[in-house]
Amino acid sequence: MSTATGTSLQPGAQPARESARKPSTMAQALNRALRDALAADPDVHVFGEDVGTLGGVFRVTDGLAAEFGENRCTDTPLAEAGILGTAVGMAMYGMRPVVEMQFDAFAYPGFEQLVSHISRMRNRTRGALPMPLTVRVPYGGGIGGVEHHSDSSEAYYMATPGLHVVTPATVADAYGLLRHSIASDDPVIFLEPKRLYWGKDDWSPEQPDEVPGIGRAVVRRPGTSATLITYGPSLPVCMDAAEAAARDEGLELEVVDLRSLVPFDEETVVASVRRTGRAVVVHESTGFAGPGAEVAARVSERCFHHLEAPVLRVAGFDIPYPPPMLEQHHLPDVDRVLDAVARLQWESEWRAGEAAGDAGRAGGGDR
Amino acid sequence: MTVLEQSGAYHLAPPPAWRPRRDPAPLLPDREPLRLLGTGAELDGDLLHELYGHLVRGRRFNEQATALTKQGRLAVYPSSTGQEAAEVAAALALREQDWLFPSYRDTLAAVARGLDPVAVLSLLRGDWHSGYDSRASRVAPLSTPLATQLPHAVGLAHAARLKGDDVVALAMVGDGGTSEGDFHEALNFAAVWQAPVVFLVQNNGFAISVPLAKQTAAPSLAHKAVGYGMPGRLVDGNDAAAMHLVLTDAVERARRGEGPCLVEAVTYRLEAHTNADDATRYREAAEVDAWREHDPLVLMERELRTRGLLDDEGAREAREEAERMAGDLRERMHQEPDLHPMDLFDHVFAHRTAQLHQQAERLRAELEAAEAEGTPAAAERHGGTRLHTDTRQHTDEQGGRK
Repeated sequence: MSTATGTSLQPGAQPARESARKPSTMAQALNRALRDALAADPDVHVFGEDVGTLGGVFRVTDGLAAEFGENRCTDTPLAEAGILGTAVGMAMYGMRPVVEMQFDAFAYPGFEQLVSHISRMRNRTRGALPMPLTVRVPYGGGIGGVEHHSDSSEAYYMATPGLHVVTPATVADAYGLLRHSIASDDPVIFLEPKRLYWGKDDWSPEQPDEVPGIGRAVVRRPGTSATLITYGPSLPVCMDAAEAAARDEGLELEVVDLRSLVPFDEETVVASVRRTGRAVVVHESTGFAGPGAEVAARVSERCFHHLEAPVLRVAGFDIPYPPPMLEQHHLPDVDRVLDAVARLQWESEWRAGEAAGDAGRAGGGDR
Repeated sequence: MTVLEQSGAYHLAPPPAWRPRRDPAPLLPDREPLRLLGTGAELDGDLLHELYGHLVRGRRFNEQATALTKQGRLAVYPSSTGQEAAEVAAALALREQDWLFPSYRDTLAAVARGLDPVAVLSLLRGDWHSGYDSRASRVAPLSTPLATQLPHAVGLAHAARLKGDDVVALAMVGDGGTSEGDFHEALNFAAVWQAPVVFLVQNNGFAISVPLAKQTAAPSLAHKAVGYGMPGRLVDGNDAAAMHLVLTDAVERARRGEGPCLVEAVTYRLEAHTNADDATRYREAAEVDAWREHDPLVLMERELRTRGLLDDEGAREAREEAERMAGDLRERMHQEPDLHPMDLFDHVFAHRTAQLHQQAERLRAELEAAEAEGTPAAAERHGGTRLHTDTRQHTDEQGGRK
């Protein structure tokens, strides 16, 4: 990985009383990550729409302009291509821009800069002009946003060679992955799940947990029956589904949090599915040609002889994102995940003679 | 009580004061493009000579590159024939530490800045997307998507200013490019940030086939500057002395911290859009002929001869020097390029992903198998050029070809 790891990401030793873990939101952790990155590296510059005086519409940049000055945390004109295009020039000059696209769907005007320049500049110049910039994008639904405020745009970015696509699902990852992203010498699309902004974990801003770098998936809940592969806003849904399956069905679902969609941690995913023999990919993004299609294809290619059932997907419908009063019908929920799990051919003849309760233990590798 | 009574509207206060945020008059371009050649203006003879040499070599470069497309040595060549004055002046207006942001038609500006012509032509030859070290040369890669390089210039100039460095960026775009959204956003950002950038629009009359009248209803392209709060300058783009003066002024003004400037060079694309285009479908020969009378080379040579600064011997020397450059270019472009297919995977990211590593190994195996069998298949697939299937280890090293 290109990112620094370990102690270099830590803000330094702090007195024990300040390092106490306390309930903290993802937005607070992201804010702290930006603050620590600005303090650690004078080449880091934060800019975008309303990120200065206001502190961002989600308050993720709150206080940064006051602490670091308007040259380090800058309100820009309202123009996403201009924000990304000027970020390219700043990166060409050796800076580390961290820009904010205010909402997922408002990033589209900047798409050409992303696809035609940010993703390709390193390759075009044989490494002479790397693009160490981070594009923060609040994404996904579930917050009651009106049209254009709830898109899951990750598939567009995943389909663009040269971009890293990262998305945290926990408070610790929000801090750690954002620091990793800013430190990366490659462009990172950093997708922040809007509906997790205000979710709380016990976390210490003075001694943030070290987290694995970009490109590493993490098993959030070990299990033996089937693997739920997910990321970002769908992680809590999958954790709840796994809890319910254990309680109600006696199934032990393993939950893999991808954390980064590009690079894709095939090894962690494949190892899990080879253990469990069954897999469901869960995300909000539309299913057709969505991220789950890539995951399912790779799992099928590499786990074929271990699979007891086709890899299933639980995704948003293939529709434009619904109006807020209807979005609950669109978003994958625990029931939909459990329905998919129920369709994983537990009655398969391959398992003839096994008791239902044993299904979880017998992985495909036993065949 | 009525609403009016409630709000006290019977005693209206005057509306909050309004005044223009700045006086637009000083930003307006002149009514006519600035011309110096043939006007008797006081001009530096050495500079005229330098510009003349560049123009002669530039014209020869354009002719040679066009010929190379006919010989199959370039995939395509968008010629700047007729626009050499603007190309050369753009390069000469900059100091060493400044940055140039060319579009795909601006190969000549990059060459005039001192880059190796073979390296500049990489994109159009097709052996790589950019053939020179942009960081070392401070020439950004030739940009193909129109106007998208303009915000890059703004960002770079802004970054340099934030670091306290004395750097100006000059970004080049055509008349068609001014219709793109990135043109607008770049000029707006530059003006708001007061970034040290000069935007050079070469109005050569056509965006492929579409004439300026279908591109804009603005009084001139230079007038567009006013809406952003920066000065617009209108110049005869075929007058190398005027181009040099205006661009140098704009660059030094930006260097002094007085902000960005938009310069419209009124010129003409004497050749078709590229070798693949047929200009007779959309313009009259008479129009082209009229512009040939206003050729930047003709203007400069006439000026020098009038001033007694050039004789037949001097003109012959300039042509011979250009011929040597063209001969060298021709000879080197007729060599097969060194192609390294494994490079395709080396610079996508700082470090290859696992998936890219697998794909690179697959291509390596294919290349090695083809080489071992001596089959022509692999060579054919790569256009019959020399392939390097070297198994160099990928390293973290930044920079050009290892």
